[in-house]
Amino acid sequence: MASPPSRDMRRPFDVSPPASLPVRSWYSYRWQVLAAPMLAFILLPLLALVTRVTPASLLSHLRQPVVLQAVAVSLRTTLIATLLIIVLGTPLALFLSQPKTPLKRLVDTLTDLPTVLPPAVAGVALLVAFGRQGMVGGLLADLGLDIAFTQAAVVMAQVFIASPFYIKSAALGFAAVDSETQQAAALDGANGWQIFRYVVVPLSWPALLSGGLMSWARALGEFGATIIFAGNFPGRTQTMPLAIYIGFEINLDVALTLSVILMGVSFLALILVKGTLQRQLPD
Amino acid sequence: MKPVSAIGAFLVCACLLLTACRPEPEPHSLTVFAAASLTEAFTEIGEAFKDGHPGTEITFNFAGSQQLVQQLAQGAPADVFASANQAQMEAAITSRRVSSNRVQAFAGNRLVVIYPASNPAGLARLQNLANPGLKLVLADKEVPAGDYSLQFLKKASQDAGFEAGFTQKALSNVVSYEENVRAVYSKVTLGEADAGIVYATDLPKGNPDGVGVLEIPDALNVNTEYPIAPIQESLNAELADAFIDFVLSPPGQEILAQYGFSPVP
Repeated sequence: MASPPSRDMRRPFDVSPPASLPVRSWYSYRWQVLAAPMLAFILLPLLALVTRVTPASLLSHLRQPVVLQAVAVSLRTTLIATLLIIVLGTPLALFLSQPKTPLKRLVDTLTDLPTVLPPAVAGVALLVAFGRQGMVGGLLADLGLDIAFTQAAVVMAQVFIASPFYIKSAALGFAAVDSETQQAAALDGANGWQIFRYVVVPLSWPALLSGGLMSWARALGEFGATIIFAGNFPGRTQTMPLAIYIGFEINLDVALTLSVILMGVSFLALILVKGTLQRQLPD
Repeated sequence: MKPVSAIGAFLVCACLLLTACRPEPEPHSLTVFAAASLTEAFTEIGEAFKDGHPGTEITFNFAGSQQLVQQLAQGAPADVFASANQAQMEAAITSRRVSSNRVQAFAGNRLVVIYPASNPAGLARLQNLANPGLKLVLADKEVPAGDYSLQFLKKASQDAGFEAGFTQKALSNVVSYEENVRAVYSKVTLGEADAGIVYATDLPKGNPDGVGVLEIPDALNVNTEYPIAPIQESLNAELADAFIDFVLSPPGQEILAQYGFSPVP
């Protein structure tokens, strides 16, 4: 029972060398060694991107109108999209956080659909729904509201694609709030809004914040639905990913500059998400 | 446990190395990089070519010419390159994938203005492109079709039949510069745009979408030549030459004409 091989069998994830081995062999680092190819595969392209662009060229290309316009359009549209996702997504998340029923399970699946749908499909779907000849868009056009080719279309594409990240995270956060705490607040005379505002939100804010950040980061990267539904017009609907795609074929420097910015921002967003979630753990 | 994981790691590395190796070329396989506007015509030419060369496999890569040139410059394996314009063929020559003395023109094309069947903006003449509030969609200026569209709009301003500010007014009506000329066609047929400028060849056989067409007079039109060339280090040089010969032959030219291409002058 206490012989070295069986001890080894019992603790397969132990990184320390088995007692039977006199020196540290590669075996003691086996998980690090075996993890290296996947890690290298993820890191290499990112490293190549960063090393390809010098800080000087990054700064000089940052001042180009194409880049500035794309950054401005991206910031503006993603901030509006994230706000809309929070405002419209929170009620849906509250609904989903309640005990599961068959209807809720269906809604839950439908909410997830945009994350697995190819964004191009989302773009075509948005176009046939909200385009001028579309199901709803036709009615809006009669009222003088044209959505396709406007910044509103960019925002809608982003909300469609990025909302599941916030909704899922918020629903999990809401579900984790102890129902007895809410009942206690209700007994003390708190109404529904007060319970939500002073009990549920303070207890689930890390989930809300990290979900919001993930949605924002995903909106920032939205490409396929945007180019189909909103078209490509510099300063109006050309977001950073669109400028990268068009720039890749004509002005690689612009594409590289924007790629580095987007990568840095995405990395920062993920660090913030992990940071907020970690703060939640000690509680 | 130990030997198994070591063997596993070795197998994974071996697989990665194997997939990295260039596959041996099939003796009768041909890879043709062709401009997006050639999609239907070249697909039919490919079928006809295969009839004359049994056992041949043709793989087409249809995309914007500038995209194909990027892929070629990055070393994408190909045997034939057919571009929608000379500029992108020059780019392929610069990246040394094509030899300049092997380039031949094989077809011509021209631009037309199209509008949706419902004609929401009431487009009747080319001059209407400057009407306030009209939604015009062009290909991006880096796509050959987009470059030609801008050339047409600029030339029109100098023409007696058009008002002086025509170019500016028409350009201010542009709501999107699409990354591909086919996307212009789609947005017009969907009725999202009031008008678009595409190649005559972008209209499918029989005009199933019922789009309206305004011809652009020759003097204002940009009559383009499509160049074709074999890729220099092609592993199927003979077959590549045979394919190009077939495109230039009467049967090949007839198929091109069916799809709206004009013969090489």
